Amino acid sequence: MFWLNQILQGILLGGYYALLAAGLSFLFGVMRVINLAHGSLAVLGAFIMMVVYQALGISPLGGLLLMLPIMALLGVALQFLIIEPSLKGGALVPLLATFGLALICDNVLFSIFGADTRSFAADIGTLSYDSWNIGSLYISKLACLVFAVALLVLGGTQLLLSRTQIGRRIRATAEDEDAARLSGVDTRLIRAATTALAMVMVGLAGAALGASGSFDPYAGGPQLLYAFEAVVIGGTGSLWGTLIGGIVLGVSQGVGGAINTHLSQIAGHVVFLIVLIARLYQGGEISAYLRRLRVRFA
Amino acid sequence: MSLLHIENLKACHGLLVALHDLSFSMEPGEVLGIVGANGAGKSTLMRSIAGAHRPAQGRIMFRGQDVTRLSAHRRVRGGIALVPEGRRLFPGINVQDTLRLAACRKGIWNFDSVLEVLPQLKPILKRQAGLLSGGQQQAVAIGRALMTNPELLLLDELSLGLSPVAVEGVYEALPKLRQAGTTIILVEQDLRRAMASVTRLICMLEGRIVLSGAAGTLTREAVMDAYFGLNRQTH
Repeated sequence: MFWLNQILQGILLGGYYALLAAGLSFLFGVMRVINLAHGSLAVLGAFIMMVVYQALGISPLGGLLLMLPIMALLGVALQFLIIEPSLKGGALVPLLATFGLALICDNVLFSIFGADTRSFAADIGTLSYDSWNIGSLYISKLACLVFAVALLVLGGTQLLLSRTQIGRRIRATAEDEDAARLSGVDTRLIRAATTALAMVMVGLAGAALGASGSFDPYAGGPQLLYAFEAVVIGGTGSLWGTLIGGIVLGVSQGVGGAINTHLSQIAGHVVFLIVLIARLYQGGEISAYLRRLRVRFA
Repeated sequence: MSLLHIENLKACHGLLVALHDLSFSMEPGEVLGIVGANGAGKSTLMRSIAGAHRPAQGRIMFRGQDVTRLSAHRRVRGGIALVPEGRRLFPGINVQDTLRLAACRKGIWNFDSVLEVLPQLKPILKRQAGLLSGGQQQAVAIGRALMTNPELLLLDELSLGLSPVAVEGVYEALPKLRQAGTTIILVEQDLRRAMASVTRLICMLEGRIVLSGAAGTLTREAVMDAYFGLNRQTH
């Protein structure tokens, strides 16, 4: 039962990782942009939500609902001011530009809010610790809620892409931007909408972070790492793969933590590395390298 | 008023000048054929009209409006659609979605009317475009362009890389497009087929128009001479 509980907690934690990784995966899948500011923007979302609900004296849910359109607008600005100009400089420039954005974001948050660790736990009542107990299994209601939101986000995005006109145009832009333009698609607008949607996902992940854990201005780095690991494990650009990647990462951490508390994070990283190496081998990079070595030493 | 008026169009690929001061006009309902050897500038001309290639100088007027600086998607919404050389489909998107995503103007063409003109698409609607044969892909590319309800349809190298049977299938749709009142520019390497399908023919050589006339008035020999640069007479 102990191991079952650990695996269950890992699966639920995977829901958070999937939610966190959804925006990164979506942006990469459509625009081939790896947003290194992803984690920092999730933390920014959490801070915006906190400021909004505290300043207006409304519930955290109200703060979340106001934060999401702000994140969407930030997404449009991010697209037009940073991603689009940097894409003209080649594939490496957006990587550097978003890395720079992450540094700016972290330090601006630090200068405004200081280094204190924050959490929404105190403002969401019993949801932060309520759970269903089935025998010796403990199922956190908040973790279930986050998992459900992750499913909704991934499922909703999948439906949007497959069933709607904007979804078809997003897929067309992702496959061949020139051909999409020749089909009457305003690809600049589609890209801006894509980034806005990705930022809404980032905002939801930031809210989940603040509700189920804690955050500070420099919490973005680890969040980026988890998101990146979930995306790589699940397959880059695949939305349902991202969910599987998140669950694999969460279960790895849960099982690793059960063996030894210090192994929790390391177990996740090890699984990530194994999958990464397997993918490289499958993709031919490593096997080609080994072939070259064999030829050299034959 | 001409539907399309091209005035002193010059287009370059880097330092290479692909089109030299090209000028011609088209009336509504015309089917203009453009022939010429590889490198004559036919595809560059088509891409320039469609907005996929920015000309170095000159003007492109469509329905009396200067569209030279308009982006490709605005030209599509204005009524110019290109079926590009190589088809440029979206390999991972199925035929049905490929057609639907291009719907951006109101007019006679919709999903059902496109399938009536291109019945070969009906059994393959759920198949991904990247998995289709060349002829099927070409039909999808034409269907995608028609879904934008073009007033001017640019068909670049329709028969390139297709089997004779597939070419027949694609060309069967052309008279139906004409009947619908669509003005067409057809770039074609097959001289016999081009002369049989168009109302007027232009022959290009090294970025210039070297022969132009109504299809019925031009002899195959005159076109062949122009095609290979014999008896050059610049228009």
